[in-house]
Amino acid sequence: MSIASTQKKGFGAILWDYLTTVDHKKIGNMYLAAGAFFFLLGGIEALIIRIQLIKPENDFISAGLYNEMITMHGTTMIFFAAMPMLLGFMNGVMPLQIGARDVAFPFLNSLGFWLFLLGGILMNLSWFFGGAPDAGWTGYAPLSTSSPGHGLDYYVMGLQLSGAGTLMGGINFLVTIVTMRGPGMTYMRMPLFTWTTFVASILILFAFPALTVGLFLLQFDRMFGSAFFDVALGGNSVIWQHLFWIFGHPEVYILILPAFGIFSEIIPTFSKKRLFGYSSMVFATFLIAFLGFMVWAHHMFTVGLGPVANSIFAVGTMAIAVPTGIKIFNWLATMWGGSIKINSAMLWALGFIPSFTIGGMTGVMLGASTADFQYHDTYFVIAHFHYVIVGGVVFGILAGLHYWWPKFFGKVLNETMGKIAFWLFFIGFHLTFFIQHFLGLMGMPRRYWVFLENQGLDTGNLISTIGAFFMAAGSIVFIINIIYTTAKGEKAANDPWGTGRTLEWAISSPAPEYNFKQLPLVRGLDPYWIEKMDGNTKMTPAEPLDDIHMPNGSILPVVISIGFFIASFGFIYQVDNKSWLIVLFAGMVIAIGSMLIRSLKDDHGHHIHKEDLEKEAD
Amino acid sequence: MSHDHSLSPEIHDPAKATHEGKHKYLGLWFFLGGETVLFASFFATYLALRNSTAGGPSSQELFGLELVFVMTILLLTSSLTSVYAIYHMKNHDFKKMQLWFGITALLGLGFLGFEIYEFTHYITDYSFTFRSSAFGSAFYTLVGFHGGHVVFGLSWLTALMVRNAKRGLSLYNAPKYNTFAIYWHFIDVVWVFIFTVVYLMGMVS
Repeated sequence: MSIASTQKKGFGAILWDYLTTVDHKKIGNMYLAAGAFFFLLGGIEALIIRIQLIKPENDFISAGLYNEMITMHGTTMIFFAAMPMLLGFMNGVMPLQIGARDVAFPFLNSLGFWLFLLGGILMNLSWFFGGAPDAGWTGYAPLSTSSPGHGLDYYVMGLQLSGAGTLMGGINFLVTIVTMRGPGMTYMRMPLFTWTTFVASILILFAFPALTVGLFLLQFDRMFGSAFFDVALGGNSVIWQHLFWIFGHPEVYILILPAFGIFSEIIPTFSKKRLFGYSSMVFATFLIAFLGFMVWAHHMFTVGLGPVANSIFAVGTMAIAVPTGIKIFNWLATMWGGSIKINSAMLWALGFIPSFTIGGMTGVMLGASTADFQYHDTYFVIAHFHYVIVGGVVFGILAGLHYWWPKFFGKVLNETMGKIAFWLFFIGFHLTFFIQHFLGLMGMPRRYWVFLENQGLDTGNLISTIGAFFMAAGSIVFIINIIYTTAKGEKAANDPWGTGRTLEWAISSPAPEYNFKQLPLVRGLDPYWIEKMDGNTKMTPAEPLDDIHMPNGSILPVVISIGFFIASFGFIYQVDNKSWLIVLFAGMVIAIGSMLIRSLKDDHGHHIHKEDLEKEAD
Repeated sequence: MSHDHSLSPEIHDPAKATHEGKHKYLGLWFFLGGETVLFASFFATYLALRNSTAGGPSSQELFGLELVFVMTILLLTSSLTSVYAIYHMKNHDFKKMQLWFGITALLGLGFLGFEIYEFTHYITDYSFTFRSSAFGSAFYTLVGFHGGHVVFGLSWLTALMVRNAKRGLSLYNAPKYNTFAIYWHFIDVVWVFIFTVVYLMGMVS
């Protein structure tokens, strides 16, 4: 496969290329595209929720549909929008930052993506096949075990598929970072985004299996008549809550840590200063991850675990504010005295700091277990987690899109539109969610379909809904920006910002298939910056030019995922009619058969030859 | 980086001589980290529900240590024989490696046979099923998931042994055998915990 063959291909060939690709950059782009699609879906669901709540006793949608909307909004945003987009960044950026030509398991990488995508599609197909899941994104038993129809079955199978994909991604990134760092790239020279990828992958590895088990128990109860959550047969529904939150709390750090990493790249680049307190940033990341595993029961203060358990989990929760505070102050200190350039990427980073700090502060409030009895299940909680997830994760994703767009797609996003989108979204965000703190304190419960008039909730809800439309407008401007840039944007230079510090800016935009023609020699933290300061325009190669070994593409990941996708329908509908077991087995035969083919067929990859590389321009 | 996968005598550990081999080795260890959480969650669920018999048979009535003792011996021995197989792999002795892996597979199969007998025994003689109580659900899920891992491991080993029977050992297939062996040890360790937590604790309490 020569490099020239990547140019001028028909639609069919391009489609086949993406279906079979094992290139981490293309997989990263597909994660971003699929994540953006689900982000829009989840956004539309959010707008429908807000329209329903625009006035008291509204009848825009029915109560049942409202329950489906809130469930699908939460699940879609967390599992199919935020996480995939972050995995997209990890795929697209991390191997470049450590000076690697690929990830450790390219095939597994592709399989992980297709499992996630088909899991997301599966779950959303429930809209067309008798109704979406309606037990909230947390799927608490016994509500989830007794929910009629197949909505919750789609929830179980969809999350099971995409969860397996995410776990593969996590293992892949861990092995990549441990074994494939380039010459001179020691651990303490790794960029912060790579560090956060590493730590988030550890969290994925140890948190997701708990969700897997929870989903299995739910699946067995719903589909095969087991009694895990059936109190009549001795079951215990609190087990679900524990398993869900043992996964669910680390999950919020799986989301926020990579976003922290993105900001830790952007702020030094546009402050023209090295990151303040690099070692403490790394340490704080680990500390947050460690404490993140110790605090799951703060979601369960009102369950009745007793004062001792509540106190321990309350103290643990509040302790997380310390490493997070370290990070906030390090970002501020990085900007202190720097020559700051404010563009769209930097605007999102600047908007993030106060927004996220508010979310962190309400987090400490919620962590006070006695006070939590007042806040629990009110809009105060909604306001809190939207401040951390939108103000932290979504801002991080949008900042990262502006920052790395040239590296992914070879063009710089339009600045004017970028700034308009930021201000619309930023104002809309605070308009929507700030007021919800007060709605919550006044007693408005979450997940309620309607509220009564003249209880002091009317104006607040109206303002909140208006804010949501501002956010929608911001998102639309962002999409127009993408279309405009793709059509009209000019080709970006290797280092379009001029102040890039890390290895990805030393190579062309977008990066070539093999990333580095010769692996670069890393001489310290911010390796590209060091070379620039020494008057070099590019990295010093650490090896002579030679043939590059590349993995072969394969259609098998798609086939395996489709097999499990088909089998999921078998699982869901065999409850009604046992002949669906045929579909289950057929799907499993496809999936396991393809895995067997992968295992039995030798695949040694291919080489890009030295002669072809010499023809390529730098 | 060598482009062919033939074995040369100076290679000490063919499983970790290539980049691919190192990746697989580390990747499997990380995977087992995740598997640990998986089984820990099943164990926790089991511990929470093991006395929730809903009027059905309890663990004291069901379990017999004789059967479980034989199963434990079979699985522990299979772990030992897989160590012999890896020892021969490191000495580049493909035939002996296949032989010891073959014995490993037979012992694993024996374990599985006893487990199937055990389950049918509970179902037919005690009407103790997956659906009869929360204890039943938790028991069959925990022990069944372990059994499922044994089935998967045996299929994996069989595929490897049949595929490579005529090809001999190379740097390409050595990491595959090695990752299987580590996985097999893990299954063994999980069984030790099942033996203790499910059977021993189930007999005394």
